[in-house]
Amino acid sequence: MQNVQTNQAPAVRRSLLQNLGIDAQLLTMLAAIVMVWIGFQIWSEGLFLSPRNLWFLAVQSAVVGIMVGGMVLIIVARQIDLAAGSILGFTAMVMAVFQAPPPNGLGLHWIIALIAGILVAILIGSINGSVSAYVGVPAFVVTLAGMMIFRNLTFSLSNVTITPLNETFQILGGGNNGSIGPLWTWVFGLAIAVLILWQTLAGRLRRQKNGFAVRPMWAEALVTGLTLLIVLGFVLVMNAYPVPGTDPPVGSGIPIPVLIALAVLGFLNWMTRNTRFGRYIFAIGGNPEAALLAGINVKRTMLFIFMLMGFLTAIAAAVQAARLNGATPTVGRDLELTVIAGAVIGGTVLSGGAGTILGAGLGALLMSSLENGLGLVGVATEQQKIVIGIVLLLAVIWNTVSARWRKG
Amino acid sequence: MNPLIEMKNISLRFGGNQALSDVSINLYPGEVVGLLGHNGAGKSTLIKVLSGAYKSDSGQIFVEGSEVKINNPQDSQRHGIETIYQSLALADNLDAVANVFLGREKINGVVLDEDTMEIEARKVLDRLRVKIPSLRVPVSNMSGGQRQTVAIARAVYFKAKVLIMDEPTAALGPEETQKVGELIKALKAEGVGIFLISHDLHDVADLSDRLTVMKNGRVVGTVNTKDVSEDEVLGMIIAGTTPKHLANK
Ligand SMILES: Nc1ncnc2c1ncn2[C@@H]1O[C@H](COP(=O)(O)OP(=O)(O)OP(=O)(O)O)[C@@H](O)[C@H]1O
Ligand SMILES: [Mg+2]
Repeated sequence: MQNVQTNQAPAVRRSLLQNLGIDAQLLTMLAAIVMVWIGFQIWSEGLFLSPRNLWFLAVQSAVVGIMVGGMVLIIVARQIDLAAGSILGFTAMVMAVFQAPPPNGLGLHWIIALIAGILVAILIGSINGSVSAYVGVPAFVVTLAGMMIFRNLTFSLSNVTITPLNETFQILGGGNNGSIGPLWTWVFGLAIAVLILWQTLAGRLRRQKNGFAVRPMWAEALVTGLTLLIVLGFVLVMNAYPVPGTDPPVGSGIPIPVLIALAVLGFLNWMTRNTRFGRYIFAIGGNPEAALLAGINVKRTMLFIFMLMGFLTAIAAAVQAARLNGATPTVGRDLELTVIAGAVIGGTVLSGGAGTILGAGLGALLMSSLENGLGLVGVATEQQKIVIGIVLLLAVIWNTVSARWRKG
Repeated sequence: MNPLIEMKNISLRFGGNQALSDVSINLYPGEVVGLLGHNGAGKSTLIKVLSGAYKSDSGQIFVEGSEVKINNPQDSQRHGIETIYQSLALADNLDAVANVFLGREKINGVVLDEDTMEIEARKVLDRLRVKIPSLRVPVSNMSGGQRQTVAIARAVYFKAKVLIMDEPTAALGPEETQKVGELIKALKAEGVGIFLISHDLHDVADLSDRLTVMKNGRVVGTVNTKDVSEDEVLGMIIAGTTPKHLANK
């Protein structure tokens, strides 16, 4: 076979990392998280990196983690969703009203409440999507209106906290019985490890068979080894936090909301890389006209993205309501900003066309780490926001400058 | 023999601007028709009606004798019409392989078959002989000529009956331009009909069987290439009149 690839013309300069097939953006994110964690560990005099705190950090990250991947897709397609927090509030309220016992609620089965919430959120997503895509109103305006409408519809539904929720439903929030226990945590960790090894090996063999370039063996081993170490560390930490009140202590394992967030992020990551839908989202973000001329149904794709975001918002709403054992009319206020910030810190470009699910997942983790750590060392909420704002700004400056370097 | 493509009385207005008025043009199998005209004459607009990017206000399109409605790019592709757009129409953030197959990805079940697409893309790019060091970097990192080759590969890969090339060699060096010329001849020999738009009179004269000249959204005339001199063609483009003895229906 003729191999044009060996003919390395100087037209495309590639850095060492690129040649090794390592994503510089992800590496930077990981480094930033490690630095923040070490900083808080010192500042909090050893409290931050305790299993207990890390376990809670994971739970705190779950809601944003579930939504951030959807926001990446929306931003990549040159759209925005400013209504996500209000829709979450409204959906959580719907789920609470459906299942809370009378007179506060309707006392329906929690599954009915969950499904009702999901349908409502998908419907709202499809309205946002069709007004943006088919009517042609910029999503910024559509969802700005949605932000006001749904926050105040939430208040109309109930201006007091609706509680209590069904005990089984509460498992979604990771409270009592809301973790999968040490055994299943190990099973999960092993399954992920096997999946990673299998994917790496099978992919490498396939590429070699076709005569495509592969990473050097040591780089492959390094990346895979590092990933497996992260998985192992995660399993150990989740199991090291004991269920409160157990003696001898029994490990909690992975909380259900964290499991949901990981499943969502894993699925979206796979989807963006391996399906037409994912490919088309990026094509639309890169050049909407080219996507249209290539025969891609741009409007329908956009509609689906917003419906997907609605679905993810409903899942996040269920987790949030379950965690609080109820819904308040203010739940999820400003949440869209945290989600957008997580996506942007994770390398999603607001002008569209570029972003990764993994990066955004790490971005969400970084945001939660800052909130958690600053709270732990006793910084007041208002000042936390200042720090987080500065970090966001620095992250975007860094992304902009490093993108310019890469272009040369 | 029926023409491969027949466009009849096509008109299209953009706001107050009559971009096409009553344009008729046809194309036979194995034929190259050169489309000439000054900037803004309506060449790109005409072929965009055929490729489904624009919808005409009035007029008919026939493919191999039967009337068809072309409402979007998919319709056009379905009738075997492939287009290389003047603007190239590439998604800059995607790599060459993704761009060649954009909208028509090969899949296994629901999963993109990246390996097959990379192998096929490499084959068709090799045929065009433009050096592209890596097919797996975003096309925004490529030179103008490399990008143009990707756009050509995209149209050639899908074995069109009709190929529309809107300034296919604008960004290419002399050697690559010659390769595209050879490609056009090879496709022509396979029976592909080609609309070729270019401002390079030499190129068009070399490659086309017939020439259609447009001015201000109208067809000035269609002539057999071998019957006209370059000066006469220039006259048609600039003055907008066909020498009577040359007119060809
Ligand atoms: N999308 C559009 N909206 C409004 N007017 C347009 C649009 N596309 C083209 N036009 C107008 O239609 C006319 C014909 O343009 P067209 O692009 O077809 O010219 P052309 O012959 O391809 O010129 P060139 O040689 O410069 O490519 C021009 O007056 C142009 O301004
Ligand atoms: Mg043009």
